[in-house]
Parts: sequence; structure tokens; C-alpha cells
Amino acid sequence: MADASINATRSYEPTFGDYFALLKPRVMSLVVFTALVGLLVAPVSLHPVEAFCAILFIALGAGASGALNMWYDADIDAVMRRTAKRPVPSGRVEPGEALAIGVGLSGLSVVMLALATNLAAAALLAFTIFFYAVVYTMWLKRWTPHNIVIGGAAGAFPPMIGWVAVTGTISIEAVLMFAIIFMWTPPHFWALALFTKSDYGDAGVPMLTVTHGRPTTRRHILAYALLLVPVAGWLALTSVGGPVTLLAFAVLNALFVLGAYRIWTRDDAEAETDNYLAERKFFKLSLYYLFLHFGALLVDASLRGVL
Amino acid sequence: MTPIKATHDLHKRRFSRNLGVGLALLGLVAIVFGLTVVKVTRGDPMQAFDHAVRPELEGTGQ
Repeated sequence: MADASINATRSYEPTFGDYFALLKPRVMSLVVFTALVGLLVAPVSLHPVEAFCAILFIALGAGASGALNMWYDADIDAVMRRTAKRPVPSGRVEPGEALAIGVGLSGLSVVMLALATNLAAAALLAFTIFFYAVVYTMWLKRWTPHNIVIGGAAGAFPPMIGWVAVTGTISIEAVLMFAIIFMWTPPHFWALALFTKSDYGDAGVPMLTVTHGRPTTRRHILAYALLLVPVAGWLALTSVGGPVTLLAFAVLNALFVLGAYRIWTRDDAEAETDNYLAERKFFKLSLYYLFLHFGALLVDASLRGVL
Repeated sequence: MTPIKATHDLHKRRFSRNLGVGLALLGLVAIVFGLTVVKVTRGDPMQAFDHAVRPELEGTGQ
């Protein structure tokens, strides 16, 4: 981005969209949704402008951590097909630019969240960025096959930050919203790992499917699906739950455990015959699971008149 | 080295990026302004000692 580049022969001129892609917009959309639910179901409310700012800066903080991730992981992103087209490995954006954008937007989002809401929410956002960029990306991702489990925590913080932005404190509802996403992430990703011919191995990233084998991965999916049930049930029984959440809990968790059970009872030879149909279905279901669970919380909140 | 002119090719190549950054900055200004208006108008009435008798401040230690 330096002025020296005016005369340098840079074959490609990065667009605004290339820089925006550093923020992982698709991940950001999930962050916006879950943070919004955390913010809206809280017993007190913010002024609409404050609420808008809170969501915007939580999303921006998440995006900043995505940019830091792309800066640090450019070497392995370049090796894997799914990520090779990202701005840094494809050469559209310089690594230093990604780092600068990541650090700059991290600072901006944390300071602005503190000004818009409170220090506790800002501290939590700062911790989330640190956790994703340093603990997950730099440390655990290349070191342990449980990287998904710990990385999932970073994705689980947004509804908690949304809640804290309104209430100023962490309560059991916020912890349980965190816990649902935390427990949901591993089976969601491991199902994907089962049916995509992933090249994590080539990139030197330990994935459970490679390090411990695919049968172990199938067992882990079932175990996490079962552990998710009490967490989701508990949330439905707290002050943010209600009849709709309880119904969503019953239906979604029954389907989720059933899907995980199907995955557990088959092996790869059987899965090959129908092109991993059960695994694909389970992955799709997992997307609905999270969306509908948080959607149900919103419906119950509107029934209570909180919205 | 030719000096940069208003019609330099660079301006054309970077137009979309510059426009994007400009709009993002404008958006940030609008957000900070809007947030300031909300914070100031929603805050408790602010008073401080200014050499006049202000009974509301008594007992607040100010």
C-alpha cells in the first residue's frame, strides 16, 4: 500500500472487495446473527443506534481476526484447494496488508464497542480476537487434532458478547448460548471432513480424520451430539427459553442425535456406496440446527414482549 | 520520472478501492456522530459546579 508501489510493477491492483474478503464475510454473517440474538433476548435493551453499533463492531472484530488468520495461515491456505483462492495466497493482497488491516480493525472494533456499550463487552471481544488469532491460528491449529474443538470457542463468543453488551455481565444464559455453539462446532466440521476429500494432510494441519482415523471421527461426532443435548435443553429452560425453544430443542436434538448415530453405525465402505449421503445430510442439518435454535430464542423473546 | 497528474492511470485503476475506503470512512463518521447524539441525549442531565446554587448537586460530593 506504500506509495513506492506507484512505480513498481504490480501486475494486479487489489480492489476494495479483495480487502473485504480478508474479513471472511460468510463467517461474519453467522457472527452477526448469533450476536444479534444474544443482544435481543437479553432482559434489558439498548437504544437502536447503540445496538446497531454493537453488532457492527462485534462483526468487525470477528472480521479482523479473520484477516489476522489469513495473514498467518497464508502458507497452508496456498496448499489447500478450498483456501488457495483467498486474497493472500492468491497474491491479490500482500501479507503485510492483511496484518495491518487485521491489527487496525481489531483496535478500532474493540475501542468502538467499549464506547458504544461497555468495557466488559469490549474486553470479551478483545479476548475473542486474541483467542482466534493467537491461541487457535498460531498455536493449536497446527499442533493438535482437537484444534476444531478449541477453535469453536472463538466462534461461540459472539452471542455472549451481544448479551454482555446489553446487560454488562455474564450470566448463565450467555454461558449456555456460548456452550451450544462450542459443542456444535466439532460435529459440524468433522462431518464435513468425512465427506470432503480434504487436503489438510498436505498442508500439515492435524485433523482428527487423519491423525486418529475416520472411525474415531465418527465416534466423536456421536459423542459431541449427545453432549450437546443437555446444553441445549438447559438453555431452553432458562429465562431466555420458552415453548418455541423447547419445541425446537426436542425436534432438532432428536434429529441431530439420530443423524450422528447413523454416521456412527456406518463405515467408509458403506458411505462410499451412496457418496456419503448420511454425512452430507448431517452437515446440512447442523446448519439448520444452529439457525433454528437461535431463531427459536428470538421467537420466544418476541412472545415475552422483550423485542 | 513523470510527476503524478490528475489523469494518471493509477487513479483509474484504484478508483473503486478509493471509493470504497472513502465510503467506509464516511460511514464511520456518521456512526460516531449518531452514537454521540444518542449518548448525550440519553444520559442523565449533566450538571457541575459553576458558582451558582444547584440544589440537585447537594450530597453528591461535587
